[in-house]
This record gives sequence, structure tokens and C-alpha cells, in this order.
Amino acid sequence: MSEPRGPRHDAMSEAAQPRNDALTEAAAQPRNDALTEAAAQPRNDALTEAAAQPRNGGLSEATQPRNVAMSEAAEPRNGAMSEILEARNISKNYGGVRALKDVTFTAYRGKVNVLVGENGAGKSTLMKILSGSEQPTSGEILLEGEPVQLGSPRHAQARGIGIIHQELSLFPNMTIAENLFAGRELRKGGRFVDAAAQRRQAREVLHRLGQHRLDPDTLVGDLPIGQQQLVEIGRVLLTDVRVLIMDEPTSALSNHEVDVLFGVMDELRRDDVTVIYISHKLDEFRRIGDWVTVFRDGSLVAHESMSRTDTGWIVRQMVGRDPDSLYVRNSSPVGDVLLDVRGLTVDGTVKVDDVSLTVRAGEVVGIYGLMGAGRTELVETLMGMREASAGEVFIRAKTEPKGTVQARMAAGLALVPEDRQRDGLVPTMSVRENILLATLARMTRGGLLNGGAEQRTAKDKVGELAIKIPGLGALVTALSGGNQQKVVLARALLTDPVVLLLDEPTRGIDVGAKSQIASLMADLAAQGFGVLFISSELAEVMAMADRVLVMARGRVTAEFTAENVTEEALVAASASDSVLEASA
Amino acid sequence: MTDTHVAPPKHAAAAPPPDEPKNTALARAALLLLRGRTLVVLVILVIIFSSISSEYLTQSNLILMTKHVAINAILAIGVTFVILTGGIDLSVGSIAGLASMVAGGLLFKGLNFPGGTVFFSVAVVILIGIVVGALVGAVNGVLITRFKVAPFIATLGMLYVARGAAQLHSDGGTYPDLAGTEARGNTGFGFIGVDSILGIPVAVWIMVVVAAAAVVVTTKTPFGKRIFAVGGNERAAVLSGIRVNRIKIAVYVISGACAALAGLLLTSELGAAYPDTATTYELNAIAAAVLGGTALSGGRGTIIGTVMGAFVIGFLSDGLVLVGVSTFWQSVVKGAVIVFAVITEQAQQRLQSNLAKRTA
Repeated sequence: MSEPRGPRHDAMSEAAQPRNDALTEAAAQPRNDALTEAAAQPRNDALTEAAAQPRNGGLSEATQPRNVAMSEAAEPRNGAMSEILEARNISKNYGGVRALKDVTFTAYRGKVNVLVGENGAGKSTLMKILSGSEQPTSGEILLEGEPVQLGSPRHAQARGIGIIHQELSLFPNMTIAENLFAGRELRKGGRFVDAAAQRRQAREVLHRLGQHRLDPDTLVGDLPIGQQQLVEIGRVLLTDVRVLIMDEPTSALSNHEVDVLFGVMDELRRDDVTVIYISHKLDEFRRIGDWVTVFRDGSLVAHESMSRTDTGWIVRQMVGRDPDSLYVRNSSPVGDVLLDVRGLTVDGTVKVDDVSLTVRAGEVVGIYGLMGAGRTELVETLMGMREASAGEVFIRAKTEPKGTVQARMAAGLALVPEDRQRDGLVPTMSVRENILLATLARMTRGGLLNGGAEQRTAKDKVGELAIKIPGLGALVTALSGGNQQKVVLARALLTDPVVLLLDEPTRGIDVGAKSQIASLMADLAAQGFGVLFISSELAEVMAMADRVLVMARGRVTAEFTAENVTEEALVAASASDSVLEASA
Repeated sequence: MTDTHVAPPKHAAAAPPPDEPKNTALARAALLLLRGRTLVVLVILVIIFSSISSEYLTQSNLILMTKHVAINAILAIGVTFVILTGGIDLSVGSIAGLASMVAGGLLFKGLNFPGGTVFFSVAVVILIGIVVGALVGAVNGVLITRFKVAPFIATLGMLYVARGAAQLHSDGGTYPDLAGTEARGNTGFGFIGVDSILGIPVAVWIMVVVAAAAVVVTTKTPFGKRIFAVGGNERAAVLSGIRVNRIKIAVYVISGACAALAGLLLTSELGAAYPDTATTYELNAIAAAVLGGTALSGGRGTIIGTVMGAFVIGFLSDGLVLVGVSTFWQSVVKGAVIVFAVITEQAQQRLQSNLAKRTA
């Protein structure tokens, strides 16, 4: 697993070179100051090459002026650069959550503009706004310098802005040709669908996508997911698109398909089409991107020409603040093995492939990986929500073969799910009812619910976890994200688990609440629980976990201890090609 | 679409702070009115009809109307259990008919064994009728949980099957005399549908008992809370260790048993069992539940609301008959009231969530 480290270091030191050149050319005084500070990011081995400076707390403030200075400096150097799409001072609130904070983003004509950032950083929200499916709470959008209202996806399409979503929006019951022309069928005689012309054009598009052997009459539902993704891209290619937004289009593609896609993107770039490309895969987007924009916690933190960045710089921008200041590390001694998973395999579109792991008492184990790596499927199977096709689960050294939610719960597992709206909360119920849902049977006297016991138990947990609520009888939907998460956690804790499974416990909650959840996890470990948590945030997983497992394509591709883990190693292992090829 | 998306935050942001308490108070008052709308509608109905017809608000008419309400209310209470889990039960009318024929057959011609014919006492017959209803409900539940048939389809199928079974039971004929004889020891079936206690029909007492039991089960037992949880968010219920399939089967059993009981009351009242008993009653039952604020999406609703809904439907139909409105217009009015009820339900939900956001 340590193999990728060598070549990466080489690449980094090479990449670091042009950046330094650029700096000396531009030679703006404030920027230089900022750089030495910015470079002072802790826990990054590669960084020591750039500037061996002690850790500096004022990092996130320091990055801002530097980037402004940089992009200004860049302007005259690339004279032909022109802005096609500009989002000015965009903010977006969802209830109490600020998904975007005063973001000003620019996409350059005929370039591949890459957007990166951790899950929940605001990239997808901004793209939804630019493609008309969401409206900003404040701010304006300029297309070729003109302010535009993008009231709906149709409006955006009419102005030449197309989007390829991460989740496919195809009709599996229709053929490739029908999908390509859905909603804008070619006509014959003004009234009838011209199926022959559609088929002909579909074949041309498929050819352009390197799929000349694919029959346009194939049902989309019968295609593997990668080819479905290409069909989705083909849909947009058929429209007169000036700005093409792609939200993680390669997550389901094989290496060969990625090459084809990049070829298409190159072609689009030559045709002066602007591409906005969201990706998590650093090695991939560095191949194709012209500009890179980094989002963090709903803000745009950096905007830079790709040639002047390197992998380490991008990761630092993504991670941002000193993680140790935000998260509490668990430092309790570890005890017995509480959870022992051997060779767990789950079939399905997202599979779990021969996963073995252990969690000890007092230990916090993190699972890092990209979306679709099988992490959620792993914990859901452990919890008995999915059926395993192979493998064994031991809890407190006893095998638990039944694999039902009830049996796993009784054995001592509890899961706080990733999507608390979908899997965690009952929105029609009160805070109290939601907290007590899993342990109602204990709250009875003579078969009837004992209101006093209910109230006491719920109140105790609310106090213990410091949940902020208007009242125990208030609807759970009235709470903020962080407090909703604590309600789900409270319910899990009431089942007396020995190992807590937390799936993205800090997703979609603000920084303060993240920090609270983190210290709760450390506390729980200190009390002797085993904690297994999933995270897509590098900083979080590195700061909180005693051990980190990395999953990619259903398999554990790497394991690190808190001492030897690095951002680059995690990123590399999460996009591990060895596993990718093994599954293809 | 997009307009409605944007509107709430804009309003919330645009509302000047000093106005907010007043708006909130107004909204709270409106919400209270919306929550109690079934009662409000009922009161309005009584006022309108009693001003048109002096007979409407007499004791005898009120008792008669309440007796009519009882049968639909019992059906509707059963259906409410199902709807609370997010399901639907279209088979209750047919189950009522089947239970009616089973009970009627047992009373009229007994049970034929090779050794002779056996007659059961009325209490046993009633019990058998209810068990038959519960079993049919269990079949619904198993179809829905084990065989993953959509509730609408499973119970639609059962609507036909149970009705067919009712017709097969007598080959389409009617069991005309259910009075029984002393010699057979099966007299007294009229008690539940005809007799009164303290001047109030036994059927109404039965409705009260069923409703009270249902209120306790839904609000005071773990089982009741789990019903709401399954309807509110099935995945969260699964993750909370709730045996969702068991809960679902149980609510269809309850619905079937309630339907059978309603069918028996109707049969007792008529004094005869015929295979078309309670045809299309499932629609009245669902309408009562919806009128009473039970959300078809599950997780929201009350037994009291459903009973109120049954009263509105019953008092409305009887009132329209009393003032001489044609049956055609009766249908139109009933349909309009049901749709209107759903519209106000949505208004209530919007207001409720807006208020929750404002106070949060």
C-alpha cells in the first residue's frame, strides 16, 4: 500500500517548480507573505519541501488575499482569457444551513474549469444554481457579461447551459436513441417521431463517444453503469451547449471510458465549449483541467490556473484549517476486540468485496473513501439492513449469524445512518418519540407506555448530548441538522450498543456542530465503546481516527494508523487503480 | 413549481420583525381552526340542516344518524390503522360482506358435518365472523409484506376475492332469517344491531368501545407508536429495530377484524345476510379517515379524527336525505367535501411547518 508514495513525491516536487516561478514573476508583495504562511500547513510531508515552517493558526484568513492577488496577476498573462459565466456573490440557505456563502465564481470560455472540495462544500449547490434547478438566496449570475435569470433547467438550457448530474436521469425502460432525444424528439411531418433520423444521429453521437459498437436500439436499463453515463453525456452533446457542467461524471467509469470522456472534453474545448467539471479524483482532473476552483464549507477558497498548482496545494486548500483545532482526538487506551468482521461480501450495484476489519473497545476507526466505494453498504450490512452473501461477523467474540437488525442490535451494534432524513428520523414525530423509537418496549408499565419514564429518559439523553430543542414535544424537523443528528445518536445510544457505527456523522452540519459530534465520539470511545465511522472529509478522518481504513470499489485498499496517515496516501488509496482494474 | 420553492424563504426574510408576533398569532389561530376543522364542519352541518328541517335535531333522529355512523366509523377505524402505516385497505367492504355471509350461514343453516348439523351460540358465531375477517386481513398483510404486492393491488384483489367468496357461500342467495330458535340455542343475534342500552343502540356502544380501544392502542402502547413510525419513515423504523413486516400484517388483521365486526352489525340490523352487504363501503371508510385528517402518505392521523370524519359523512348524507336533496346531488356534495378536506389538510401542513420554522 505504500507503493504509490514514491512516484507521487516526484510528481509533487516537479509540480511545485512552476508555481514558484509564477510567484517570482508576479512578485506581489502581500502575496509572498501570505504564501509562506499558507505553506505552513501541518501534517503534510510534501510541504516541508516548499517551506519548512512551524504550524500557523491564521491559515484560512491568509489564503484569501493570496488567491485574489494571484488571479489578478494571472489576467494579463493569459490575454485571450475571457469570462463566459460568472456567479456573483451567490449565497444559498437551506432552512438554517448556509450551503453557499457569498461565492463569486468565474468560468472561462473554452476552458475546462475544475471544481473541487469535500462533500458538502457547496460545489453541487452552485452547479444546481448555474443550471437553473435551484435559485440562489442572494447574488446574481452573468452570462457573457449580461445578468441572467435561470428560473428553471429549461431556461438554463435555452441559454446553452447543460448539466450532467452525478445521479443519472435516464429512462431505463427506453432505448438509447429514445433517451438521447427524450423531450425533444425529432419530428417527421410535424407530428410523428422520426425514429430513423433519431437512430442515425444517435449512432453518430455514440461514435463520437467511442461506442461505435453500441446499438442505438439497446434499452438503457440493460447497459452497464459506465455506458449509461456516456449516454447521459451524449444527451448534452446533442444540444447546442455553450457551457457544460459535469458533476463527477467519472465516478462510474472504467479507465478506458474516462479516456474517451477526456477525449470528448478536449474536442469540446477546441469547439470553444466551456466545461465546468466537478471531481474528487485529483490525478484525473489534473490531466484535463485548465483552471481549478476549491470550495470549502460553502465558500470559494481558491481559484487558480491548474499549471500553477500541485496535488499537495489542492489538498491543503480543500482541507483548510488546522484539523486538530476542530476535532478532538481520542486518546483512550484500547481494549478487547468488540467487532470482528471476516470476509464480508455483499452483492449489488455497489458491492462490498471480502472486507475484514476489527474494532476494539476504546478505539475510533475511520473508513475513508469516495462515494460508491461500498462504505455505506458495509455498515448497513453489519447492521442487518442488507443481506451478506459471504462472511462472518463476531460481536464481543461471539458470532452473530442471523443478520437481522434486531439480532445485531441485541448483540450490541447501533448505526447512525448517513442520510438522517431518509434513514434516521421520522419527520412526523416529535423529538421525544424519535429518541425513544428503538427502545419503546422498555418504557411500558402494564403494557401501556409510561409517560413519566419516556419524558425522563428522553430528557436525560437530551441533557447528556447537549441537544438544543424548543421542547421534547416539538417536531424533530424543527431542529437544526446538528441537533437532528444528535437525536439519531441519542436513539442509538439508548439501545446499549458496544460498537457504534456512524455513517458520515458530520455530513451537512455546520462547523461548530461537527466539532461537538467529534468530541462526543472521543468521549464515547473513552467510555469503552468501539466507534467505527465513515467520513469523506480528509481532515476529519485524519484528526479523529486512531486507525483509518480506505475503501475503493467495495474493498479495503489501505489501512493506516494515526501516526502514518497522510492526505495524499488516503486520496491515492481511495482511487486505487489496482482495485479498479481488478473489478473491470 | 419554482415559484413555490422560492416563496417561503422570501416571505420569511421580507417580514418585518415587529409584524411577526402578530402574524404568528394569526397563523396559530388559523392552525387551530384547521386542526379542528372536522368538528367545525360537523357543527356547521348541524346548524344548516336543523335550520332547514325541524326534524333534524330531534333526539330520535340524532340516535338514528349515530347508529348509521357507527358502522362506517368501525370500518374507518380499522382502515385508519392501515393508512397510518402508509398502506391502504380496499377490501374492507368485501370482508364485511364475507363475515356477514359466514355468520348468516352459521345461524341459518348451521355447520354441516357428516354426523349431522351443528349450531353455535350467537357469541360464538360473532367470534367466528370476526376471526374470518382477521384471517382475510392476515392474507392481505402477508401478500403485502412477504410477496411485496403493493397494498393497493393486494387489497383490490382481495376486494374481488372476498366478495366472490361471500357469493359462493350461498350461491348468490340470501340467508333471510337470522333470528335462530331456542332449540338450537342461537337466538339473540338482533341484540348487536337492533337493541338499545340506556336508550342508545348497542351498535353505538360497540363503536365507542372500539374507538376507545383504538385510541389507547395508537397513543399509549409501543405497538401504536411503531405504527406511526412505520408510516412516518419506514427505513428509520427498520433501523430502530422495529419488525416492520409484523406491524404491517397486524394492521391489516385489525382492519379485517373491524370490517367483519361492522359487517355483523349491519347484518344484525337488517336481520338477513345477503352477499352484497356493505358493497363500496370501503370508500366511505377511507373518506372518513381522510376527512378526519389521516394522511394517505402515512404517519399522521388520529382515531378521534376518523370518528369525527365518519360523523361528518353520516350526518351529511342523512341530512341531505332529510331535506330532500336528490341522491345524485348527494354524491356530488359528498365527493366535493372529501376533496375539500384534503385541500385543507395540506393548508394545515404548510402552516404547521411554517410556524415550526419561525419558532425554531
